[in-house]
Amino acid sequence: MINYFKEIAVGFYSLLAGMAVTIRYFVKPIVTVQYPRQQLTMSPRYRGYPQFIIDPETNTHRCIACEMCARICPSQLIQVEGTKFPGEKQKRATKYLHEHYYCSLCGLCTEVCPTEALEYSKEYRLAGFHREDFVIDHLALLQKRQQAAALPVTPIPTEAEIAAAAAAEAAAKEAREKEAAAKAKAAKTAEATKEGKSKEAPEEAKSKETPPEEVKE
Amino acid sequence: MELLAQFLGSAGARMLVGLIAVIALVSVNALFLIWMERKVAAHMQLRPGPMEVGPHGAIQTVADALKLMGKELITPDEVDKPIFWLAPIVVFLPVLLSFLVVPFSQSWIIRDMNVGIILILAFSTLAVLAILMAGWASNNKYAVFGAIRSVAQNIAYEIPLLITVMSIILMVGSFKLSDIVAAQSQYWYVLLQPLAFIIYITCATAETNRAPFDLPEAESELVAGFHTEYSGMRFALFFLAEYTNMFIVSAIATVLFLGGWHGPFLPGVIWFLLKVYALIFLMMWFRWTFPRVRFDQLITFAWKILIPLAFANLLITALVLKLR
Amino acid sequence: MIEYSLEEKTYTLNLGPQHPSTHGVLRVLLEMEGEFITKAEPVIGYGHRGHEHMAENRNYLQFLPNTARVDYLHALAYNQGYCMAVEKLIGLVVPERGEFIRVITAELNRISSHLLWLGAYLLDLGAFTPILYCFDDRENLLDLLDRITGSRLTYCFFRPGGVPQDLDDEFITGTRAFVKRLRTRFKDYDNLVTKNVIFINRTKDVGVITQEQCVKYGLTGPMVRGSGIPYDIRKSEPYSAYPQFDFVIPIGDKGDILDRYVVRVREMEQSLRIIEQALDKLPNGPIMAEKVPKRLKPAEGEVYQAVETARGEFGCYIVSQGDIKPYRIKLRVPSFGNLSILPELAVDTLVADLVAILGSIDVVVPEIDR
Repeated sequence: MINYFKEIAVGFYSLLAGMAVTIRYFVKPIVTVQYPRQQLTMSPRYRGYPQFIIDPETNTHRCIACEMCARICPSQLIQVEGTKFPGEKQKRATKYLHEHYYCSLCGLCTEVCPTEALEYSKEYRLAGFHREDFVIDHLALLQKRQQAAALPVTPIPTEAEIAAAAAAEAAAKEAREKEAAAKAKAAKTAEATKEGKSKEAPEEAKSKETPPEEVKE
Repeated sequence: MELLAQFLGSAGARMLVGLIAVIALVSVNALFLIWMERKVAAHMQLRPGPMEVGPHGAIQTVADALKLMGKELITPDEVDKPIFWLAPIVVFLPVLLSFLVVPFSQSWIIRDMNVGIILILAFSTLAVLAILMAGWASNNKYAVFGAIRSVAQNIAYEIPLLITVMSIILMVGSFKLSDIVAAQSQYWYVLLQPLAFIIYITCATAETNRAPFDLPEAESELVAGFHTEYSGMRFALFFLAEYTNMFIVSAIATVLFLGGWHGPFLPGVIWFLLKVYALIFLMMWFRWTFPRVRFDQLITFAWKILIPLAFANLLITALVLKLR
Repeated sequence: MIEYSLEEKTYTLNLGPQHPSTHGVLRVLLEMEGEFITKAEPVIGYGHRGHEHMAENRNYLQFLPNTARVDYLHALAYNQGYCMAVEKLIGLVVPERGEFIRVITAELNRISSHLLWLGAYLLDLGAFTPILYCFDDRENLLDLLDRITGSRLTYCFFRPGGVPQDLDDEFITGTRAFVKRLRTRFKDYDNLVTKNVIFINRTKDVGVITQEQCVKYGLTGPMVRGSGIPYDIRKSEPYSAYPQFDFVIPIGDKGDILDRYVVRVREMEQSLRIIEQALDKLPNGPIMAEKVPKRLKPAEGEVYQAVETARGEFGCYIVSQGDIKPYRIKLRVPSFGNLSILPELAVDTLVADLVAILGSIDVVVPEIDR
């Protein structure tokens, strides 16, 4: 009998305690952000879509078209092409496409890049009407960002320029090879005349023996 | 001209004016209550609620009503057509009729019957009939489940309701609502009968199918309740009836326990409305705090806890009155 | 199998794949007699995405985002299990600071998973406000994790060998503030939910799992701890930096839903303790192992690594044949075993109880189907 009333009393008190919590929250200020009238700033490491870092010294990208990012991407979304332009030490990217609609934001492309050319943008308002809206041409995007930041715009190489650069590179390579071949021949003949014909024979025999061993392994 | 004067002074004119006022009140009340429910829920959940349509979402309900009116009235194939069409109307009728006897202020009663409270209690039982009609006519086994559950719940919770009302009637000695209000001019009955007040509020929440007793309309269970097959304006009528029902039971609670229209400074009507809306806020507070009660626990709660307590209250009231 | 009978005694009801109370695309076939359930049969497979097949076609580093999507609510623990398995195969040793960062972020993720479970479970029971309070806490937590990992839900943060990016001071102060704030919020949850008579009546003595059933069905996680068996992989087969922290394993005694609920809430409190201790003892030093090869090419062999996630034991079994791509990866997920007890628990219950039991098992259906 007493238990009956005790249960009712305890139960009733618990209901009142719950109601006290709710009414306390009723008078607290709201915690939601009224988007789109209020905007949020993302944290520094937030992953929007990958984009080129604008190098502060050269005001352009650092991509050398080594294709490490294209190889590591789990969904194979990156297409890179690049050539070496005459007068520059390394290759430069001439086309960089990234299909963002399947990107899993894993971060592997930004980590594996040897020149640290990629970073994540803080853009979260990604909306479009077609799937093709999300194929990001990074060179064009770089131009837009440079314009927005009042920096000199990096021109995108045209087909003709790429072809010319490739041709120039091929020609330069041929010239270098010819030079190297000529130098090697000159060095060989110099050695031959220096050391005499007796030492040539055992060297030639050695170089003939080693290839068959390698093939067996 | 004489006929007109006769008509204007008669009870008929009073009824007509009252009817128009009641319809206006019901519509405005529903509009206001839906907005109030959404805002109360939102602020308890730390968010702002409707803010777009109108200042702080004030005319959001109008937008929703327009949307509901534009929807197609789907009548499924094998329903019992007359009953299916009548059910939303029948659920509305008892509520409207109960407005006849509610004393909004000293002179603002449409018809001060001397069986006032019994009229209201009798008509509130008719709402159960409407729910059963809606569930049965829908030709949908889940709707029938919801309807049966709702009938069992309503009947179970009417009994403690009636008994607590009886305790108050014993103290007043008359069924007339204006007499009950007049008897509370010194102190309100909630101070004399707090247990009856608590039981009454619990039963009122269960009668109007509000959480935590909203099993007939439960959304996270299988069925959507007795109004599964209703769409568009018919569904809106059920909704409207629920909110108006909330108003009526809160009005009765105000009359019985909180002193009706008594109060300093402000005119009686304002006090009455303030008290009614305070009680409606209490019912909304319940909804957004507690989880749902399981059906067998609901019925157990009514029969094993509320009815004995209500009877005990009645006995004690009778004893005290006899000994005085 | 459920047999369709021509007699009118029982009827079949479909708690279909699209349902607000099954957390994911789970279908439960119910055979009911009036209001009571006589048989329940879960049907899975609606979310099969082929993660284990993808593992055969990607190399070890490329598979990392997949592990996070298996169970997206406690993704960091799955990252951790996989990275530890690969480290075992290659023979890498993660430095101290790296282990501590892993523990801190994984425990924060465990808290976020349990908070979401709490909110969603109460939504199933019909209370509409606790889920919003839980999500408010979770927002705080997700902002913290966003600062260091860059993601809010499916983290790809750990690497075989350690962690790629370090914590900063703002994270440490933010986490300490969060720990304080959550401790005061637990009092509110106690008053609003745990002591509520309606909640207790719905969860007490419902869905009781005995200890023999635990062993028979191979349950893990809070299901087992709610029935009184103190089995937690962080204590029984310690890994990572867990031996250095002082924490308790909460257990229940009867094995009903209320016990499992209390176990999960206490686990959140223990996670807060671990995070505090880890922040106090955080050592300086490198965060990645010294010589992590650019192309991960483990030796031939097999390895199994189990970690304790919010749902139970996650095991990662890798078979390697000395190539840069694994030969086979098998992911042992806790929800698959935990769900297998549903047919036995659901007999002779009401549908409302079935919803409550299913919520208390804490299933994440995408990880069952992988």
